[in-house]
Amino acid sequence: MSSADLLLPLLIAVPILAATLPIALGLWFDRTGWYVAAATTGGLFVGAVALANEVYTGGNVIHRLGGYPREYGIELVADEFSTLIVLLVTAVAAGVLAYTRRGGPRGNTFYTAYLLLVSGLLGISMTGDVFNLFVFLEITSIATYALVASGDGPEAAVAALKYLILGTVAASMYLIGVAFVFMATGTLNMVELAAAIPEANATLIRAGIGFMIVGFAVKVAQWPLHTWQPSAYHRAPDGVTPLIAALVSTASAYAFGRVIVTVFGVDYLTAVPNLAPIVLTIGCVSVLAGTVLAVIQTDVKRMLAYSSVSQFGLVIAAYGVVVAGESETALVGAVVHLVGHGLLKAGLFLGAALVATSYGARTVDEYAGLAKRRPFVAGSMAVLLFALVGVPPGVGFVGKWYIALGAVESQLWPVAAVIFLSTMLTLAYAARLLEKMYFTPSAPADATHPGTAATDGGTTDADAAAAIRGAESADPVSVGMIAVVVVAAVAAVALGFAGGTVADLLEPFLTEVFN
Amino acid sequence: MIELLTTHYIYVLTFALLGLGIYMVIASENLVKKLIGVNLFQTAIFLFFVAMAYIDVDGASAPIVPHEGTPGEVMVASPLPQVIVLTAIVVGIALTAVGLALIIRIYAEYGTLREDTLREVRADE
Repeated sequence: MSSADLLLPLLIAVPILAATLPIALGLWFDRTGWYVAAATTGGLFVGAVALANEVYTGGNVIHRLGGYPREYGIELVADEFSTLIVLLVTAVAAGVLAYTRRGGPRGNTFYTAYLLLVSGLLGISMTGDVFNLFVFLEITSIATYALVASGDGPEAAVAALKYLILGTVAASMYLIGVAFVFMATGTLNMVELAAAIPEANATLIRAGIGFMIVGFAVKVAQWPLHTWQPSAYHRAPDGVTPLIAALVSTASAYAFGRVIVTVFGVDYLTAVPNLAPIVLTIGCVSVLAGTVLAVIQTDVKRMLAYSSVSQFGLVIAAYGVVVAGESETALVGAVVHLVGHGLLKAGLFLGAALVATSYGARTVDEYAGLAKRRPFVAGSMAVLLFALVGVPPGVGFVGKWYIALGAVESQLWPVAAVIFLSTMLTLAYAARLLEKMYFTPSAPADATHPGTAATDGGTTDADAAAAIRGAESADPVSVGMIAVVVVAAVAAVALGFAGGTVADLLEPFLTEVFN
Repeated sequence: MIELLTTHYIYVLTFALLGLGIYMVIASENLVKKLIGVNLFQTAIFLFFVAMAYIDVDGASAPIVPHEGTPGEVMVASPLPQVIVLTAIVVGIALTAVGLALIIRIYAEYGTLREDTLREVRADE
């Protein structure tokens, strides 16, 4: 094997080291943060693509930190599942960076927290050790608390503190689960655990599973433990919400899936009494509660946040189907939906941030007539909303289709019914926004709110393009910001067509899990 | 029942402390006390981890204490949980620091640390 395994520690260590630079350089220069973050994220994206190339052609890439064998050391593993999340994290991080260039938040401390967040997320994706997973979960969480609190006004601090207390209790619950599992098996490595768990003391293992499920249910924001999420997403700065909405809960949901399929193993969990019904119930109730709560919201960011509760409910329900019916199809659905939803939410929140920057519009009513004023943004948001509802060929459809198919194959008709019902309700809130954007004329009184004026100098390609158009150079929205939303919409449709390819790419992982 | 309590006292102590911590988080109106509750909750887990290292090997001594007797015969508790706890303590400190910073911000903005007062102040705005 080549030295491709060095990519794994580099992907995690480089952003941590780079995170010190914005503050250190900030002592002498202003506004170096964006350049450091852009260079790092660009490098990470290239690294992730190289890693994906390696994984999808040559199989799993494993790195042993410090050269210690599996029994003593920590392993970093990139397999077919985790590589998809690595690609999603680096791609969304790069996209958000293109937005913050002009849209803010600015300041070197923001970029430090941003890089720490990216590092934690990549760590969650690639670690092969359950305790190391806890550490990376906490790195991610601490960076997220700081980012949420950097929002304007004191409400952001209140939302961040609420998130901190709930998030810490959740992570601690996961840690208790790790303690029980460790007590039963004496190892922390995921591969070793998978081998040791079937022979271990069942009571301890089941206690561990219980605590881990509660911990992840909070982290993934499942009803009724979701209360931190809408206020955190709502109060976070506009440039931060896409990042945390698309990635933080996604990474936690990925970790949950990883723990289910790799650590405990589907065969083992299927035999645990009442486990599958519990996971299925958590997921299905969240799907319904999330969509119903989203329908009654008037604030766009809050509406999208509740929509996340329901979409992650779908992923958790898919895990339930995987456990209940040993369904490969549902696992493919969960993975596709996880990645697809990350992309959709990033695009939608970026679009909402863009509209808020241009017009100060934050409620559904204020979106009236947006299609006339911002045809590209409105069009992209429409595509993303349709994909979220599950209209083919959007990526949301592919994920839902596989999950529903898996549920039907496993004779779990109620799950399929819940998915259908939630699609109708999703259409209800998506249609409300679409109707406002396309069919309601804008109120004449609310002329453009001047957003925060761009004070940032420098010429990237996007800026140069804006400068050519001259007259619009005072526009708070750069071409790059619009381009990111359009790219997200195009990618959502393209991924929808590529759903089968993703399933093919996952094939080696699935045979490993279900044999 | 009594026998269960006396033989599994580590569980009893841990979960009593966990319960105390979570009770403080839920019931206390003071934000600082809430954070202390979170810390208590975490400390219970740390103690659980440390106690766990001795569960399989009765009468083992701590791994860092020099032992008498011939090598190979001395029972030593697993050092791994203690290393884990060190890392977890560091994580806990970072969390407490961030939490206290947020509380200072809230106090500066609203002039109160009590959650009920905070709710009233925010409702007025």
